[in-house]
Amino acid sequence: MMHDWMKSGSPWIWMNAAAVSLSIIIVLGLLALIAVRGLGHFWPARVVEQNYNPPNAQALRVIGEIHDTEAVSAESLKDMGLALESDAKWLQRRLIKTGNRDILGSDFRWLLDIYTSESRYPKEVITIERREWGNFYGFLTTIKENGIVIAEGEAAWQETLKRLQRAQEIFKEIRYIEKDEIGDINYGIETLRLKQRRLELKKELTETRHQNIGRERAILQGEYRRLQKTLSTLYKDIGRDSITAIVMNGQIVTIPLSKVVRMYRSNTLNVFQRLGLYFSKMWEFVSDEPREANTEGGIFPAIFGTVMMVTIMSLMVTPFGVVAAIYLREYAKQGVITRTIRIAVNNLAGVPSIVYGVFGLGFFVYFLGGNIDQLFFPEALPAPTYGTPGILWSSLTLAILTVPVVIVATEEGLSRIPRAIREGSLALGATKAETLWRTVLPMTTPAIMTGMILAVARAAGEVAPLMLVGVVKLAPSLPLDDNFPFLHLDRKFMHLGFHIYDVGFQSPNVEAARPLVYATALLLVLVIVILNLAAIWLRNRLRERYRGLES
Amino acid sequence: MSDQTRTHAINMDTLGRTHPSRKLRDETITLQAKKLNLFYGEKQALRNIDLMIPENRVSAFIGPSGCGKSTLLRCFNRMNDLVDNCHIDGAIHLHKKNIYARDVDVAELRRRVGMVFQKPNPFPKSIYENTAYGLRLHGIKNKRVLDEAVEKSLQAAALWDEVKDRLHDNALGLSGGQQQRLVIARAIAIEPEVLLLDEPASALDPISTLKIEELINELKENYTIVIVTHNMQQAARVSDYTAFMYMGELIEFDNTEKIFTNPSAKRTEDYITGRYG
Repeated sequence: MMHDWMKSGSPWIWMNAAAVSLSIIIVLGLLALIAVRGLGHFWPARVVEQNYNPPNAQALRVIGEIHDTEAVSAESLKDMGLALESDAKWLQRRLIKTGNRDILGSDFRWLLDIYTSESRYPKEVITIERREWGNFYGFLTTIKENGIVIAEGEAAWQETLKRLQRAQEIFKEIRYIEKDEIGDINYGIETLRLKQRRLELKKELTETRHQNIGRERAILQGEYRRLQKTLSTLYKDIGRDSITAIVMNGQIVTIPLSKVVRMYRSNTLNVFQRLGLYFSKMWEFVSDEPREANTEGGIFPAIFGTVMMVTIMSLMVTPFGVVAAIYLREYAKQGVITRTIRIAVNNLAGVPSIVYGVFGLGFFVYFLGGNIDQLFFPEALPAPTYGTPGILWSSLTLAILTVPVVIVATEEGLSRIPRAIREGSLALGATKAETLWRTVLPMTTPAIMTGMILAVARAAGEVAPLMLVGVVKLAPSLPLDDNFPFLHLDRKFMHLGFHIYDVGFQSPNVEAARPLVYATALLLVLVIVILNLAAIWLRNRLRERYRGLES
Repeated sequence: MSDQTRTHAINMDTLGRTHPSRKLRDETITLQAKKLNLFYGEKQALRNIDLMIPENRVSAFIGPSGCGKSTLLRCFNRMNDLVDNCHIDGAIHLHKKNIYARDVDVAELRRRVGMVFQKPNPFPKSIYENTAYGLRLHGIKNKRVLDEAVEKSLQAAALWDEVKDRLHDNALGLSGGQQQRLVIARAIAIEPEVLLLDEPASALDPISTLKIEELINELKENYTIVIVTHNMQQAARVSDYTAFMYMGELIEFDNTEKIFTNPSAKRTEDYITGRYG
């Protein structure tokens, strides 16, 4: 009976099915975990107010969002030096996000459930997302214009909302001037400086040229002064209003409206308002720039940097790998040498990526970049242009890392083209090169795309080598902007993978950063999935054309 | 088998052959093999072949499998160059010029000597692009010239009426017989002097085979045709001259009617009558 069952092959089928299910469960579980943790971060939680009376310590009033709950053993609490009156082995505790880092010293506080009492959700409590110092929780008391109180209590809330809108409009204007207009002027002035220096080095700086440059510079500087003037009035305008509010320890603080990103009474929101806030926070996350050492704001530059780096990488690795594969498969005499090269190429794929980082730093950045600077950008020296880590070198380093994948896939594709097709083309008087170019290569494109997909998947997740050749924690500008020549391949860039590491492990505020780690991880996965889906879609369209050949 | 063959031999008169007793020595010669020996590594595949292919006639190569008839055919447009370890002694003259001479441009030679293979091998492109492939290789870009040439070739290959409404559809969507005629159209689009057919109908059904045979009959007005075939009836039906090959040697090459009714070599007769092969 058992014997028959074994013989039927069912155990194998069951085992295989179990393995597949396990893999799927693991993948889905992983995605679910980062999705839940990451997406929950944007939900505007209710703000709880409660009393906390631990033994041998002062009683407290605590206001904040409940962030986490966990069971903790009494043993470890005692080790931490807490005097406990309870005999329970396990105690529940809650992590409360109290915000107000500037006043309380930290954003988070663990509270043991047994000492908390009188939990309530007051309607008047306000949540403020600030540009500095993280969240604020407390009660609004007054709103002031130029230091003079103009409203108190409930009236102050309405007045504040109105004035907040104005402040935010001014803020947008300020940011536009600072980032875009002044940024452009600075770029222009720097370009002029480099131009002058270049002419000087070539000894072609005639008096008229010098004057021309001086004139252009004067125009830019005049523009700059005008913008500065506008800015200072805007700054005065935006600093006009401020609010005062009571914090949980009774202290009264003043918060200028210019520092407020968002303000709401969390406990009065209905579901739709909450959803609206949720999506607006999520949109901010994917479209805005980071603030506060990357722990607040968005991660748009990192998304942009990742996608752009991967794009440049694919543009470089695909032609290179295809050309190499064509030579290996079509032209090189098959023998010991080609076999050795093939083995070497395959082994390249197994080299630890950090090694590529070191290679990229030594070869691309210092050697190639250094020489490019000497030859083409002597005017900027000693400040390096390409002789420093940047997006170009990162893309090239990852291109080398992924080129074996493309070579292998392309070679496989080439070997699958039927001999009859090649002969058909040759018999019509095509040379080998013409046959390759007109018939064989187009038919190989699906295989090449497969190689590219694998390369993209590998490159998008790679972080270690990038830390050496171009990724930074905070890039002042994107590698693509409206200043000629638009594409700045020498610039450093931000990357989602590195961002996860930076936020998770280099951040001063670990608790606040944790959900961001999950959210960023989710985005990284999403970006890779989208890049891959795009490539797969493209490949399937190409495949459609050659489908008849499969038979 | 022998009865069948004889039936065909008798029926040949009804095929409308104009010169049933045409002699090779009266013909203009397009291709001539001289003391041709071919080796695959150590193994000799062709032995001392001397052969003349007459102009604007259909010459068929018959013989048992592995006798070297396809190999010989592929010598005429130097397709064997693509095979590793293949080396050739002797000469083949195309209009008195040795195609194995050093200064010969192989691509140019293949333009003059077109070839159609056993299995239809259209490119995964549109019908139009398949037909225009050779012309585009010549650098012809003018749309009107291409259009005309495509139509002319497809008509010559008796395919035009079937595909004229879907010229831009993928050629892989055609039936096997249509694909083979497309491949022939593709070959004649560049107006070669010689057309080599390597068992062109062996992968096709009887109706498609018949169409290809009719086509061969029409094409010989303008082209010198060499056809390799497994099928003796086919050789008898379509060819003016027939070569019988055995074990890499050319046993006999003569007027088809003579080969099939009164061969001079004993081995030819044995093969024709089905005693071996």
